[in-house]
Amino acid sequence: MIEIERLSFRYPGAGTGVALPALRIERGARVAIIGPSGAGKTTLLKLIAGILTPGTGTVRVDGITVSALDDDARRNFRISRIGFVFQELELLDYLSVYDNIVHPYRINRVLKLDRQVRDRARALAEHTGLGDKLAALPRELSQGERQRAAVCRALLTEPDLLLADEATGNLDPANKLRIIELLTRAAERNRATLLAVTHDHELLPLFDRVIDIRQPGSPRAE
Amino acid sequence: MRHDFYLAWRHLRHHRTRTLILVLCLGLIAALPLGLHQVLEAGEYWMTRRAEATPLLVGARGSSVDLTLGALYFSETGVPTIRMQEADRITATGWADALPVYARHRVQDQPLIGVTLDYFDFRGLAPAQGELPAILGDCVLGADAADRLGLGPGGTLASSSENAFDLAGSYPLKLHVTGVLAKAHSPDDHAVFVDIQTAWVIEGLGHGHGETQAAPTRPDSPFGSPTVRRADAGLLTYTEITPENLEFFHFHGDPATYPISAVIALPHDTRAATLLQGRYLDDHSETEIVRPLDVTRGLLQNIFRVGALFDGILLLVGTIALLLVALVFSLSLRLRQREIETIYLLGCARLTVLRLLFAEILLIALIAAAVCAAVLATAAPYASDLARHFILS
Repeated sequence: MIEIERLSFRYPGAGTGVALPALRIERGARVAIIGPSGAGKTTLLKLIAGILTPGTGTVRVDGITVSALDDDARRNFRISRIGFVFQELELLDYLSVYDNIVHPYRINRVLKLDRQVRDRARALAEHTGLGDKLAALPRELSQGERQRAAVCRALLTEPDLLLADEATGNLDPANKLRIIELLTRAAERNRATLLAVTHDHELLPLFDRVIDIRQPGSPRAE
Repeated sequence: MRHDFYLAWRHLRHHRTRTLILVLCLGLIAALPLGLHQVLEAGEYWMTRRAEATPLLVGARGSSVDLTLGALYFSETGVPTIRMQEADRITATGWADALPVYARHRVQDQPLIGVTLDYFDFRGLAPAQGELPAILGDCVLGADAADRLGLGPGGTLASSSENAFDLAGSYPLKLHVTGVLAKAHSPDDHAVFVDIQTAWVIEGLGHGHGETQAAPTRPDSPFGSPTVRRADAGLLTYTEITPENLEFFHFHGDPATYPISAVIALPHDTRAATLLQGRYLDDHSETEIVRPLDVTRGLLQNIFRVGALFDGILLLVGTIALLLVALVFSLSLRLRQREIETIYLLGCARLTVLRLLFAEILLIALIAAAVCAAVLATAAPYASDLARHFILS
């Protein structure tokens, strides 16, 4: 469960940020976050993930007050509990698809890259239609395939909370649908919460709940 | 750390051109000063060993460096000659044995050295194939000279004419290779050795020709003796010495006045050495005596001074190159900002980012060290030759 109270964050030297009086999201919910550019959708995801710390207010995930954790604890929390799919910051060009999927395990000491994880990475790749592309470099993939590989990377740690920041932004309609289906099914399978920032209103029926963030003011649930 | 090195290796491999340039730059920057020192050390060893084995050297007064380089290391620069009688004078003192060396000529770019057989004993030179020169016109090749000329026992080579435009000059002499010396790792390896008399024949001081014809008898000739013989246009000068024409070879004049480059003096003891050196104290004498070890050390000091200058220049160039490498790294960090942001968002600690960069730098340094070692190992067999060319040319 995600609980947000009197949350306020503002980027230093910039007018943008986010302000939320209260927000509660049940565990296992599939939530779409919509809103105009600059409304603070990405900022909200980063605050929930512990990448940013709020100016005021609290963010609690499954009873853990993320905003009260120190840097290391926040990072460990992010590694072990959260899967993040980015729109632009995606795959590393010098690593194969397989190496990109297991990359979090190579850069985080709290994660152990063992046989089980390797097998899970291959199974995920098979499941997302990348089974024959494991040795390929990102530049050899289509945009849709690259985003699917990024989704595999986010799912590999079997997170409790899946955050997707405009993960379908540059994709064609078929691939958009496929990515969202992948995320919602994975969330369903793992009983994980899914928060997806999107601009695509045609995808909204796939979610349980839609949160519209408009500034100034509180989120409006539709 | 295993994963850090794996990721660093993948990154370097992906940007292989940039990595290759960096590695080559760093490898060569390290290899150049080390290689220079390798060459200088090889040269020092090569020169000192030779000089230590040669107690005293007598030659024409002038540059003791030229004398030592010419008579010991067979440098290409000529040495003013002295007379053969100098060797006899040294022997006559009873203080030292004398080994004349005539190092004026070259044959097919190799130094042609006229010596006596004692020289081979003194230097510990023994034939690996064939035997030492026995008669006029024979020669024995140093190991490297044989390789370079592609000759062995039974082969022949022609001495080069001093001057192609000197019509009255000496004829090229066909030399018979009787043997090849075992490798000595000294200047002897590059030389073609002949008996000193053969060197004089090449010089034009000795020659051989066919029988002169008896002059036609003229009863009214005021010189009318029928025993008068004269040479005519049909006189043939031999260009090859064979057992058949050996007896027709002869020298004109007193061999004691014939030229040599230097005399290696081998004193019987320290006292004899001192006495012998005392005989050459006269500044007006045309000859001088030198201790090759002193001359060589003086020469090496100068060379090492030049080496130190090179070191300074290379240090400066190396520092500039390292600064450029640092610049390349910092620019590459800017280019990788997005990648660093990605791995940070994936949960990577800032320290891990530094570890990844450190792993890359370490890998580049290790590969550069391997390149440096490979360059040095490849150049090592040629260090002595390079030193020889550098010092003697």
